Amino acid sequence: MKEWNIKCVNSFSMEKVIVAMQDPDMGMKMRNQRLLITVIPHAMTGRDVIDWLIQKYNICEEEALHVGGMLVRYGYIYPLKEPRSLVLRADETPYRFQTPYFWTSTRWPASELDYAIYLAKKNIRKQGELMEYEKERYSLLHKRINHTWDFVVMQAREQLRASKQRRKADRIVLECQEQAYWLINRPPVRSLTLHYSAVLYHTIESCRRALGRNRVKSSICLEGFVKFSEQYQNHDPIMQGCLPSNPWISDDTAHWTMNSEIVPVPTRLRVERWSFSFMELLNDPIGRREFMTYLEKEFSAENLCFWQACEDIRHGESSKIIQKVEDVYKNFLAPGAARWVNIDSKTMDKTLEGIKHPHRFVMDDAQLHIYFLMKKDSYPRYLKSDLYKNMLAKAIVPQETKKSVFPFMRRQRHSSPSPAQAVTQVTEEDGRAMGAGKAGTNSAAGSHV
Amino acid sequence: TRHLKTLALTLGNCHGQKIYMRSPPIPEMATQEVQLNETLAHLKTESETLKSKLEEERAKLHDVELHQVAEKVEGLGQFVMKTRRTLKGHGNKVLCMDWCKDKRRIVSSSQDGKVIVWDAFTTNKEHAVTMPCTWVMACAYAPSGCAVACGGLDNKCSVYPLSLDKNENLAAKKKSVAMHTNYLSACSFTNSDMQILTSSGDGTCALWDVESGQLLQSFHGHAADVLCLDLAPSETGNTFVSGGCDKKANVWDMRSGQCIQSFETHESDINSVRYYPSGDAFASGSDDATCRLYDLRADREVAIYSKESIIFGVSSVDFSLSGRLLFGGYNDYTINVWDVLKGTRVSILFGHENRVSTLRVSPDGTAFCTGSWDHTLRIWA
Repeated sequence: MKEWNIKCVNSFSMEKVIVAMQDPDMGMKMRNQRLLITVIPHAMTGRDVIDWLIQKYNICEEEALHVGGMLVRYGYIYPLKEPRSLVLRADETPYRFQTPYFWTSTRWPASELDYAIYLAKKNIRKQGELMEYEKERYSLLHKRINHTWDFVVMQAREQLRASKQRRKADRIVLECQEQAYWLINRPPVRSLTLHYSAVLYHTIESCRRALGRNRVKSSICLEGFVKFSEQYQNHDPIMQGCLPSNPWISDDTAHWTMNSEIVPVPTRLRVERWSFSFMELLNDPIGRREFMTYLEKEFSAENLCFWQACEDIRHGESSKIIQKVEDVYKNFLAPGAARWVNIDSKTMDKTLEGIKHPHRFVMDDAQLHIYFLMKKDSYPRYLKSDLYKNMLAKAIVPQETKKSVFPFMRRQRHSSPSPAQAVTQVTEEDGRAMGAGKAGTNSAAGSHV
Repeated sequence: TRHLKTLALTLGNCHGQKIYMRSPPIPEMATQEVQLNETLAHLKTESETLKSKLEEERAKLHDVELHQVAEKVEGLGQFVMKTRRTLKGHGNKVLCMDWCKDKRRIVSSSQDGKVIVWDAFTTNKEHAVTMPCTWVMACAYAPSGCAVACGGLDNKCSVYPLSLDKNENLAAKKKSVAMHTNYLSACSFTNSDMQILTSSGDGTCALWDVESGQLLQSFHGHAADVLCLDLAPSETGNTFVSGGCDKKANVWDMRSGQCIQSFETHESDINSVRYYPSGDAFASGSDDATCRLYDLRADREVAIYSKESIIFGVSSVDFSLSGRLLFGGYNDYTINVWDVLKGTRVSILFGHENRVSTLRVSPDGTAFCTGSWDHTLRIWA
């Protein structure tokens, strides 16, 4: 169970740093620190800590101060002079390393850890003294809290050593008390085992499936990332900026206004994006509208209409599925339908069979078939068409807004109509979302960002 | 059982009084446990064998590293990003946030049960709701912009329609959609307001119909709490990825409920998963202080983003629009910016005064927003 209030650090990594700092050869140079009249051995200054971090991890002073500060905050290093001020000072202030017993990583769910220590003690005391059920839990715990196992063994040894100093009678009493406690309070293994075996089943099944997949060579896949990033670089506002300006920086919303869902003339970058992939074209309301116009000219608009109707079934209300499937069948699939779509016979048969028991995904195969038809055939031709080329030619390239002459004068930040407003103005039927990005398109009021 | 009898006697002698104990396990149960043990051992062996075979297969096609392919790409210059807005209003740790499709509004949720909708551009609060539970770990904006979903320690995911009527009590129209048996860790609307995908501390993910509250599909396979999920931006739009406390990232088919791919290379809990913009890969952020990139076609981890000086866990990751940059929010209050292709860190951003718990890039990529345990949200650009 994820401990939301306790587990906040990767103690593993922090401890690695601390161990490196204490390395006899490459670690920090320790010295005796004078505290008033006392001499404290094995101490270091804040400055030492920062210099060491800078040198070891090749980072700047600010970052070293930050990292070192964390080590103090979490108790791995403590200040000698003002113990309650958990701050790292980059000066002669003396600090010391905390003993492992008090490391933050030890603050785990007590019961599991304590039980593990108890079992470890038993194991150390007399090899093989663990009962069957204890061996079982010991091995399960070893898996669950494996990363802290060194601590478990260390604690077990410490506790055994401490107990040796007690009188025999007391020692026996304590051992019995402990044993009785764990007899009653041990975590049930049955649930642990069943859960674990269910997980193993899943792993085995998914491994088998994974072994059967076709994989693509790394060189091809990775080249794909390079190409994608190159293609989209100019469209990435954080990488290249955006025109006329980034609204968050300039307080001017012109960029958003120019790129609203529906505008009279879209920007050049936007129209360019339609050529990156078929999905880009369909995801843009203007792009989709333009493509529909093109298909109408080619007398194949029914394909896009069919695809949209299928999307509506997939993502719409459950209660309307049956009605929608019927409508789609009537309009697109039935023999002699007004807008009949051309699907291969195998897919058509399968779809017609599925329609007898309509469900959300019943149109998937047919929809995919038409999608790929448009993608392979109509889409490339659209990109070569005059319709698209004209769109590109008349597209806007916004002027970059020059920085204000008076940089201290801040523009007034205007509010925009909330998308939630659209619902109160249109009918319930139109108010539902119609796929990605269609927020409030039906609203007549005002301009939208 | 003999051992236990001796124990009872000893205890009796020590304390001079009877000590009442729960009855010891009956012999039958011991046999059943032994049988389970054997099955377990057998399953374990089979699982390990298959896993090694899979690693072998995956390695066969790995002919080059990402940074090698990226050698020819131009390096990135100095990166200057600043806080452009600070949103103050939460009275406690901010745990989650999401952007509205209008590119300027956001919803955020916090430990004290508050869910707030802001116009981040003007920093005005537009709606606020107090949930009946604390630790609202998940919140999401509906694609239409007309509703928000949220949940946490109440084990549920509820949808609140957003009303502009100032007198309207948002809580009155609340709709309970998802029911899990443990805390809700993440939620996301699919392509419409009609379906919600959730992940939970009960180890499962689930797909729900908002209208009826019906469970459409459940996804089993994680061995521990599931902490995060992200929907794939693919053409066919049928898959999503989840990450959990079992250090696994699983890719699921939403239709069948099957786990189609699984990756287990992190050394600790996976707190965040996010798809690369093309949908061919996803990044993850973990308590092991690393971010990793997994390619879905190559079916393997292809990059690790880490530095020895970064010792705190990653709570949240997201890509810039082109996928060239990966932003990571860390538990040491910082944000690290990574060059996805070259594998190097380009920038470290300071500003928050406590853990960064959530990070999302805006829908048009003009900025990203972070939420923190310091009670604030920041917009960076």
